[in-house]
Amino acid sequence: MSSTAPEGDTVWTEHVSLIDRIPRSVAMVGLLVAVVALWQFVHSFGIVSPIILPSPGETWADIQLVARNLLSGGYMLKALWITTQEVLLGFLFAMAIGFSLGILVGETAFGERAVLPYLVAIDTMPKVAFAPLFLAWLGFGIASKVALAAFIATFPIVVGTAAGLHAHDENARMLFKTMGASRWQTLFKMKLPTGLPHIFTGLKIAAVGVMAGAITAEFLGGGKGFGELIRVAASQLQTPRVFSLILYLSLLGFTLFWVVVLVERRLVFWHRSTISETAGLA
Amino acid sequence: MASPTGPTGTPPTGRDARPVYELRGVSKTYGQGRIEALKPVDVTLTEGSFSSVIGPSGCGKSTLLKIMAGVVPPTSGRVVLDGTPVTGPRRDIGMMFQQATLFPWRTTIENIVLPIEIRDGRAAARAAHADAREILELVGLKGFETVYSHQLSGGMAQRAAICRMLITRPQVLLLDEPFSALDEISRDFMNLELQRICMSRSATALLITHSISEAVFLSDRVHVMSSRPGSIIAEIDIDLPRPRTTDMMVSPAFGAYVQQIRSLLDKGAFQ
Ligand SMILES: Nc1ncnc2c1ncn2[C@@H]1O[C@H](COP(=O)(O)OP(=O)(O)OP(=O)(O)O)[C@@H](O)[C@H]1O
Ligand SMILES: [Mg+2]
Repeated sequence: MSSTAPEGDTVWTEHVSLIDRIPRSVAMVGLLVAVVALWQFVHSFGIVSPIILPSPGETWADIQLVARNLLSGGYMLKALWITTQEVLLGFLFAMAIGFSLGILVGETAFGERAVLPYLVAIDTMPKVAFAPLFLAWLGFGIASKVALAAFIATFPIVVGTAAGLHAHDENARMLFKTMGASRWQTLFKMKLPTGLPHIFTGLKIAAVGVMAGAITAEFLGGGKGFGELIRVAASQLQTPRVFSLILYLSLLGFTLFWVVVLVERRLVFWHRSTISETAGLA
Repeated sequence: MASPTGPTGTPPTGRDARPVYELRGVSKTYGQGRIEALKPVDVTLTEGSFSSVIGPSGCGKSTLLKIMAGVVPPTSGRVVLDGTPVTGPRRDIGMMFQQATLFPWRTTIENIVLPIEIRDGRAAARAAHADAREILELVGLKGFETVYSHQLSGGMAQRAAICRMLITRPQVLLLDEPFSALDEISRDFMNLELQRICMSRSATALLITHSISEAVFLSDRVHVMSSRPGSIIAEIDIDLPRPRTTDMMVSPAFGAYVQQIRSLLDKGAFQ
């Protein structure tokens, strides 16, 4: 026998710790059960006042109550629809303005020299501080909410687009030059596709920001949206209601985010990040 | 015009064929005249010939090629291809770089017809698919048409880049160290391919390389450049029969050419 290793024995294997071997579904459900159990424990022993922290049972009952109202087309569904409109319109405006400014900044020397410094300056400001201005200009209806939502969501899209337009390398530029490509051809057939991973990073940040913008504007400016329901419930100390409303609101945000991820997967199927980044959400 | 062939069946070399590419006094300085990249050089490429440029790093070889391709304007001098001055990119010039630069969202065949798509639009590009398949077969990539380019190996990607260069049926090929990122075995193989392609299409080619033996192996004429600012210090005609084979690389004549160019480069580097 020529080998010195004992036959049939694996001498050296990679070690994976026990906790990392738990399958994802088990891990996720297990963690949820643990958190609810802790919550119930805190509630049962009266560690925190029930007004501040309702029991899991109460909250669950309210979640079902709100679900019934939503499914029967009650006033909550109307409120959710208003917020959905604000979010979608805000996102559309943010994309239109974001892509335009992003291309201006990423593609032209003028944009980079003259426009970019101002954008950076505005981006560093706390953008919700502009909410009273939008309310004063656009009133207490849906327009002011759309405006703040779009305002917050525009900047990540500008940054993503501008960064994306610089993501190509010198070789690709030279190649397009030798093919006699026009500026538009270079932009649409090379620079923008190359930059899509950056652009989608911006869009995902924007999808989160647009929700925050709409709800903040509703808190500050009233109206008939979901944010107003939350504000009223909180002011009446209906804490279970606040919890369940936040849950449904987060479903709206999650759906928007998920749509962006799905589009990204279709368009950027060729990029490494698409696989690894979305794996955790699948 | 009857092409003169020697007793060995050699295709026309530098001395006795029609000139297609003519550079006269072409020079280049970058950065408002601060960096002199290229001293005035004269280069003539004759129809169907294979030339190469060899020289130390940074001596302006790529600059020379970009000027010839019409993507960088020269500071002085003129470039004439086939009787018309080169003032911008042209479809009768095919160019290839060290990196394949295929676009990962396109399949192999879509990458190959890209130059047609850029110049003539999508419809023309679709019509060129048959052509592209033929060229793919020529370089041994048959069956990889619909594979996305990030799934190709380095050598395969470089072969696809050759196809992309050939799709517009260029009259001249400008090659900037096209295979230097490949391993030596694939590189020798690609050089044989390149010779076969050039001979079958009777294309005029100019190759930039850092490898003396590659230059001797492929070329009818080798232009040797000095270090920066570059100028051409010698032009060596390689009188070896075609097609060249790898066996020739160990012949005494081959060795003598390599030796001659090496000593020229050594002198040029220490001037
Ligand atoms: N766009 C540019 N702007 C300024 N200087 C440049 C530019 N391109 C090239 N140079 C300079 O010109 C000189 C020649 O460059 P070039 O790329 O032509 O050299 P090369 O012979 O191809 O080198 P290598 O063998 O390393 O590829 C170098 O010193 C380089 O720094
Ligand atoms: Mg170079």
